[in-house]
Amino acid sequence: MYENILVETHHKVGLVRLNRPKQLNALSTATLSELAQAVGELERDASVGAVVITGNERAFAAGADIAEFQQTTLAELMKGLRADQYEVLRKVRKPLVAAVSGFAYGGGCELAMLCDLIVASETARFAQPEINLGIIPGGGGTQRLTRQVGKYLAMEMILAGRVLTAWEAQKHGLVNKVVPVELYLEEALELAQSLAARAPLALRLAKDAVNRAQDLSLENGLGLERSNFLVAFGSEDKQEGTTAFVEKRKPEWKGR
Amino acid sequence: MSVLLCEAQGGILTLTLNRPETINALTSEMLRELARVFAKDATQPEVRVVVLRGAGRGFCSGQDLREFEGKPISYKSHLRNYQAVVESIANLEKPVIAALHGAAAGAGLSLALACDLRIAAADAVLTTGFSKIGLIPDAGMNYHLPRIVGYAKAFELEALSERLKAEEALALGLVNRVVPVESFEAEVARQSAALAQGPTKTYGLIKRALRRSASATLEEMLEYEALLQEVAGRTEDHKEGVQAFYEKRPPKYSGK
Repeated sequence: MYENILVETHHKVGLVRLNRPKQLNALSTATLSELAQAVGELERDASVGAVVITGNERAFAAGADIAEFQQTTLAELMKGLRADQYEVLRKVRKPLVAAVSGFAYGGGCELAMLCDLIVASETARFAQPEINLGIIPGGGGTQRLTRQVGKYLAMEMILAGRVLTAWEAQKHGLVNKVVPVELYLEEALELAQSLAARAPLALRLAKDAVNRAQDLSLENGLGLERSNFLVAFGSEDKQEGTTAFVEKRKPEWKGR
Repeated sequence: MSVLLCEAQGGILTLTLNRPETINALTSEMLRELARVFAKDATQPEVRVVVLRGAGRGFCSGQDLREFEGKPISYKSHLRNYQAVVESIANLEKPVIAALHGAAAGAGLSLALACDLRIAAADAVLTTGFSKIGLIPDAGMNYHLPRIVGYAKAFELEALSERLKAEEALALGLVNRVVPVESFEAEVARQSAALAQGPTKTYGLIKRALRRSASATLEEMLEYEALLQEVAGRTEDHKEGVQAFYEKRPPKYSGK
């Protein structure tokens, strides 16, 4: 049913693999659409608690599909198809984990940064080389990279095409964890499993609060956190979580 | 004749620096060849160990200064040739042996130090050399040397540039063993054959671990080691090693 991606579920974790190995998983508009659709379905699937997005060992995603870009007119791009798909992914409420190995260039780097956690293979490479094509990042690169690594490194990557190794990316806070290439997907799945085993409502409220931290003043952010905290406090899962803690047993989450 | 001879036999790729009239002084052509061979030929799965040696009277007298005679030179760009070689040796996930006889000087010593194991003939003479012509050591010597001998000795060796005999180099840990001249080739062959029958994947993981160790805290190293051991634990050779132990026989490793 999908041509450019593979979708699997591993226990309570959805796994979406970009599957255009010959094109190094270049994010054609069709691929982005399928990705957004698949992640949207996993978002609605109550048995899934977290989603992992990955490519293959050689490439997470090497960027947009340049051949397609070459043939795309401004008017076509302005229809907003690509932007719409990024928006779908941005609005996902379940935790998204990127499992990155090899190239995460351009749109690939942007896709990784759109996720909530990044597990990188030691062979992962991050870059925003759009400038070499006479364009600039268009999937959040200038905004998310700058917020993450700071102005000067972001400028160097976006203006001068600097590539970060996995260890450099970790040093600059761009990835959570660097692991041997043989294990990157397993480690990402394991991390996602550990998220999927947690209280779904609290996860969603926490993700929302952390994401909004970047947009809000401290005062407004604290207000938003308080609201989300109160919602979590009113949940059945709060009662279950605190009771299980007191009774020294494992909680059983209801998602309510 | 080619300036770099390559011979593959029995899992051993032997690379011979071949400009004996200059004690194998390194030229840009040789360095590009070395980088190409280390990044391509040496990565073939049938190759399980690489030996780097020199033809004629010695291992290598260092950069060929005549290459720059009467020409303006940018060391910064010339050194990219060395960077490619040193990085490809470090990234190669199998053992690289430097077989040192006669002179190992300047950048020749740098390349030897970039290898994983150094076997010296009793007639070997090691010297850093660079400061004798007002240059600092390059090709990674400032990384490798202090990690072997410590800052104090490294400064002495780099600044005074005295000649070390094989036994002195052995005492400093700069070479792993010293062999009589008559049995040097046989010992190199024996050692490389032994490594070629070893657990190659494991050797590669050891290289990864040791490289990581150069910039990791204890806690980071313990974590990373655990992951690498997970990888090693899944190799065929680990299973074979354990099986052979139980059966009280020597293991037969496939390198995988």
